[in-house]
Amino acid sequence: MFRFIVRRLLQLIPTLFGLSLLLFIWVRRLPGGPEDAILGERATPEMRAAIRRSMGLDEPILVQYGRFVQRLLRLDLGTSSSTKRPVVEEFLERFPGTVELTITALVIAIGIGIPLGYLAARRRGRLLDHLSVGGSLVGICVPIFFLAYVLKAIFSENLGWFPSSGRQDPTIDATRITNFFVLDGLMTREWDAVADALWHLVLPGIALASIPLAIIVRITRASVLEVLNEDFVRTAEAKGLTERTVRGRHVLRNSLLPVVTSIGLLTGGLLSGAVLTETVFAFTGIGAFIYEAIGQRDYPVLLGFIMIISVVYVLVNLLVDLSYSLIDPRVRVR
Amino acid sequence: MALLEVDDLSVTFARRGQRTVRAVDGVSFSVDAGEVVGLVGESGCGKSVTSMAIMGLLPRQPGTRIGGKAVFDGTDLLGLDDRARRDIRGRDVAMIFQDPLSSLNPVIPIGLQVTEVLARHRGMKGDAARKEAAGLLDRVGIPDPNRRLKEYPHQLSGGMRQRALIAMAVACRPRLLIADEPTTALDVTIQAQILELLKELVHDSGTALVMITHDLGVVAGMCDSINVLYAGRVVETARRRPLFREPRHPYTAGLLGSVPRLDSGRGEPLNPIPGSVRDVLSWSEGCAFAPRCSRRVDACLDETPPLVRTHDGRSYRCVDPVPLPGAIPAQAGPADQPGASSPDPNEEKTRD
Repeated sequence: MFRFIVRRLLQLIPTLFGLSLLLFIWVRRLPGGPEDAILGERATPEMRAAIRRSMGLDEPILVQYGRFVQRLLRLDLGTSSSTKRPVVEEFLERFPGTVELTITALVIAIGIGIPLGYLAARRRGRLLDHLSVGGSLVGICVPIFFLAYVLKAIFSENLGWFPSSGRQDPTIDATRITNFFVLDGLMTREWDAVADALWHLVLPGIALASIPLAIIVRITRASVLEVLNEDFVRTAEAKGLTERTVRGRHVLRNSLLPVVTSIGLLTGGLLSGAVLTETVFAFTGIGAFIYEAIGQRDYPVLLGFIMIISVVYVLVNLLVDLSYSLIDPRVRVR
Repeated sequence: MALLEVDDLSVTFARRGQRTVRAVDGVSFSVDAGEVVGLVGESGCGKSVTSMAIMGLLPRQPGTRIGGKAVFDGTDLLGLDDRARRDIRGRDVAMIFQDPLSSLNPVIPIGLQVTEVLARHRGMKGDAARKEAAGLLDRVGIPDPNRRLKEYPHQLSGGMRQRALIAMAVACRPRLLIADEPTTALDVTIQAQILELLKELVHDSGTALVMITHDLGVVAGMCDSINVLYAGRVVETARRRPLFREPRHPYTAGLLGSVPRLDSGRGEPLNPIPGSVRDVLSWSEGCAFAPRCSRRVDACLDETPPLVRTHDGRSYRCVDPVPLPGAIPAQAGPADQPGASSPDPNEEKTRD
């Protein structure tokens, strides 16, 4: 177990170097540069050159990369060219929002998706099955930004049930410790802040959950249908076990194996894919910030954020693999 | 009175857009307490479906129809509701399956898979259940049972897995055990051990055993009486010895003749039954075996051959059975007068 974790973490190192090289070349190939964003259209070539020199962008690309790697080894991701603040600081301020949003979406998607997929399989060919299979198709097809706007228009602007933007109502004077608003509220026992933060998470959480929910429903349904036909379910029936035991102990547990794998993959997508949702709900997370950074040609932010997200992605999947070995004894981590 | 009396059991599967399949077509047989009864036939003859229908394990789908009766100790198993059936399954009637690996839950330790039966039917929990489970594993010949209880199916060998399945089946000392090809997935040497174990278990506990197999060797070594199935019907029933010595139905004779013999001459060809199970007639059109039968006569295609019961407790479904050795051939060819030409005057016929 321990060796497995260490090996997976060591594998991360070459992955990150390869990724950083690709990213480095890619962001440098974007047309224009940070000087355009800083100076605007009417700057003279001399002014542009001066800025580029001050940022070290006039040197050969390999030299620049070498310097980047050097700083990376000291865990220094540089300074944002647009906000002039350290990249790490910007990240720590925004990432908790995205994590909260991702967790909300996952809770919704898993909490509804697994029971719904299971029921659809048990009632195969009946109304609930058709509704959930059809519904999941819609869930996959509807663009997130469209769903987000519809949710916002109905439940926030028309009905006024949920806030339309942000992570916290500005009138609430909440203490910030980790920037995980819900966690902060729990730690300081500011219950109104917790409730308000959760309230802000509902609509964006639902919008973000739509695709993973649809995928989990489908995978669960297919997997349950397969397991129901397995010989060991027949054995369980032949033992005269109650229907509850057969379902819970023998069917459901075996059906969850592929679902767990897909949840791991989905989590990575959610962490980096919340851009549209965050934009529509003016939610302070990394998605909206990365989007801006592309417009500003903010090289350090782009590189740094994407690198950290990939580390998180690998860690999440490591966790999934470990949990997999807990559910399925045939998978031994070595 | 018989422990299990299966009477005119039929199972049909109807699928939309497909021809209705009659997998079991009026099967009748009986099992006495403590008796070992074989159901023998090629793949597709309906022997597994028969056992699943008795156990109530056929998938509940709209197109599946089950008819007839399976009376176990006075109760018709087919007429029970789900709850009553679950009470009987695993406690009074238990089953062993063909593929021990896929028949065991891969993510649950062997121990729990044994103790869950004990908990369900004998109300045993905790240490008592664990102790009993270890005793059961020991009884079916699994060494170091306490360690094995904690292991998962993939950590056991094929033979061990089948032993574990048997332990689960006999956990509540059932009065009837149905074994559906229990040795087919195993090595030959392991097969013999498992058969020996089954023989010993039923002998010691007085459990009746229904042995479903395509392997005549298994039947010869174990069964008191044997039912030969073809295309969903019993075509011949007899005690073991007479069946092997003097098969009456041409299909039984064909099965026996197709077993390769070690003492046959070198280069001598095998004697398979020509054709395949697919070449069947529907029983309503005549004898289903007629297309493959070497003794076929015109009468075979006239109507369903009636079941002929002889005075020595045998029965077969054939208008022109293989003659008994030494029997005087009938004066009139059986083909001409199918109703009145049996070589044995004591035979009586039943229409069904």
